[in-house]
Amino acid sequence: MRINTTLLGWVGVVLAALLAFFCTDYRLFQLTLMVAYAIAILGLNIVTGFNGQISLGHGAFYAIGAYVSAILMDKFDVPYWATLPPSALVCGVVGFLIGLPALRLAGLYLALTTFALAVAIPQLLKHPVLEHWTGGVQGIVISKPTPPFGLPLSEDQWLYLFSLGVGVVIFVLVRNLLRGRIGRAMIAIREQPLAAEAMGIDLATLKTATFATSALVTGLAGSLGAIAIQFVAPDSFTVFLSIFLFVGLVVGGVASIAGAIPGAAFIVFIPNVADQISKAAPSAVYGVLLIALLYVMPTGVAGFLRAVTNRLFAKT
Amino acid sequence: MQRRTLLQTAAGLALAIPAIHRAKADTPGVTATEIKIGQSQSYSGPVSQYGNIGRTQTAFFKMINEQGGIGGRKINFMSLDDGYQPPKAVEQTRRLVEQEGVAFMFNSLGTATNSAVHRYLNQKKVPQLFVATGADKWSNPTEFPWTMGWQPSYRIEAQIYTKYILDLKPDAKIGIIYQNDDFGKDYVAGARDVLGAKFDSAVKVVSYEATDATIDSQLVTLQGAGIDTLIGGLAPKFAAMAIRKTFDMGWKPLFLMSNVSLSVGAVINPAGPEKAVGVISADFRKDAVDPTWKDDAGMNGWRAFMKQHMPDADISDNNYSYGYATSLTLMHVLKQCGNDLSRENVMRQAANMKDVENPILLPGIRINTSPTNFRPITQMQLQKWNGKSWELFGKVIGATPV
Repeated sequence: MRINTTLLGWVGVVLAALLAFFCTDYRLFQLTLMVAYAIAILGLNIVTGFNGQISLGHGAFYAIGAYVSAILMDKFDVPYWATLPPSALVCGVVGFLIGLPALRLAGLYLALTTFALAVAIPQLLKHPVLEHWTGGVQGIVISKPTPPFGLPLSEDQWLYLFSLGVGVVIFVLVRNLLRGRIGRAMIAIREQPLAAEAMGIDLATLKTATFATSALVTGLAGSLGAIAIQFVAPDSFTVFLSIFLFVGLVVGGVASIAGAIPGAAFIVFIPNVADQISKAAPSAVYGVLLIALLYVMPTGVAGFLRAVTNRLFAKT
Repeated sequence: MQRRTLLQTAAGLALAIPAIHRAKADTPGVTATEIKIGQSQSYSGPVSQYGNIGRTQTAFFKMINEQGGIGGRKINFMSLDDGYQPPKAVEQTRRLVEQEGVAFMFNSLGTATNSAVHRYLNQKKVPQLFVATGADKWSNPTEFPWTMGWQPSYRIEAQIYTKYILDLKPDAKIGIIYQNDDFGKDYVAGARDVLGAKFDSAVKVVSYEATDATIDSQLVTLQGAGIDTLIGGLAPKFAAMAIRKTFDMGWKPLFLMSNVSLSVGAVINPAGPEKAVGVISADFRKDAVDPTWKDDAGMNGWRAFMKQHMPDADISDNNYSYGYATSLTLMHVLKQCGNDLSRENVMRQAANMKDVENPILLPGIRINTSPTNFRPITQMQLQKWNGKSWELFGKVIGATPV
């Protein structure tokens, strides 16, 4: 017997949507953030998990997406939902430009280049040339979306359902992309670039396009995150964000689409658990939890679940 | 007769129940035996040393509870970690307000983190008391009536420097060098507050970026312009550069340097203690390692508290005395509230402090607030580097009302 993962996925979506009516506004806010981080990790997974290019700088794309949305809402009075396409476009273009060196830099060198981007972004956001738009150190405060058509929902309920809807669309699109011809080509490049090239895959184009797509998806996540937080500032997008996204990727499972969800849950909830356990050294507790988890599930949550189900159904 | 009493009691209860009910609804976070107070703090992340403030406050309120609490209520102080990330600060603050139902937020740390919840708390009408940041924007009672700072802002500090300069030499040629961000710009604003219309003719202003490698050219420009008095809105690294460069250039202006760059270890020693002789800065609290206060009653009270309740702490860290001083300020507000711990009254009493003394503040500095003044501490005293340590001099100087 095989598990129908597609059916399972849709059941999960329905259950997730139902949560909107059973959780407090605060929990829904957390879940909204979790959706945003899941999309961000998914974006990172496209380039790192499926294409094999390590990026330690995806927080930068998350930041750019967040700022594009915030600036459009604050300076141009664009409604929140209409900021998503421009945000995706800008992040895609920036990702493409950053992706160009990806042709020359392999492995660890690309990791360091993207890491540099993550380090630079908070300072770039404060740069006097951009300050008029970005609000400098002060950042930008944006208003919270209200439910449309007079729906009897709270702001947090609506925002959660909206983010969940966007998330589902992105997950489906990314899944179709990765399971198709292009996805197989990406994986081929990861596994054996020489063989992939011999089979007629244009390495340069595909690697750059992959980077751009990945940045686009993570940028959209940044937009959703900014709308939920209602505030952007350079301090929100320090290098730690990129590291957390990377941690989420590894915890969830590298090259697993669904793994982005447990990965996001880890980012949102584990720091709170660490804080509850010890005020003296929450970072140390976080580290221990992370090591313990990776020891128990070396291939991430997704890999662990796969192994468990395989074993269960192999017996019957 | 009995029946009548019963009826009377019932009637009384019927009248009383809505009253009790209403009182309850008006005072979230407060019960007959407890008051819940929230805080978002940096226990992890890039500035985790500030976590010591939250640890001190936790120990302080524990001590208060052991002594019976306040007005018969125990203080339930919930201080959560935000890692200095604004998104996390929003999450933790919402958790405290919506899930835990705290009465108010107290002394949460950081400018960006507090900015992220500034509007949220004001919309919810939850007091955002005594935020732990030096920015000036927290005292805006008309637009943000639920937010109040505590320490003197950078702007007030610059006002104090400018006042001192005007007293000492009214025709000084003043130069200001500042970091081009909110922190640095507050210094220009403070000098402008004092000088008013004279500012443009009396002051030459240059700025630098936090990302700059040096500030030599800016200093040369100021020297070339004949500046004899320098105000520096300088972050520590640049303060060290400025001290060294002015000395090496043979330029000896009267140099007033931002209070954030007081550190002997991070600024004075790298610049050279002999090169910093004569540099002036300001402070509002008694430094924990300054021998002047070794027999000071107020500081001894704090040291006794530390010894008993936080015996393992390194008390040369001023964050411990900061946590103690802010806790005492909160206790004063709560005592003044009496039995009415509604959010409105907490805010009203926080904005009604008259000449409140505090053992950690320098002698002569008192806490004052009013419905139009949300700046609790507006006085500082100057100090000069004598080659070995900072030496307080002169009188306490107050801010210029703006």
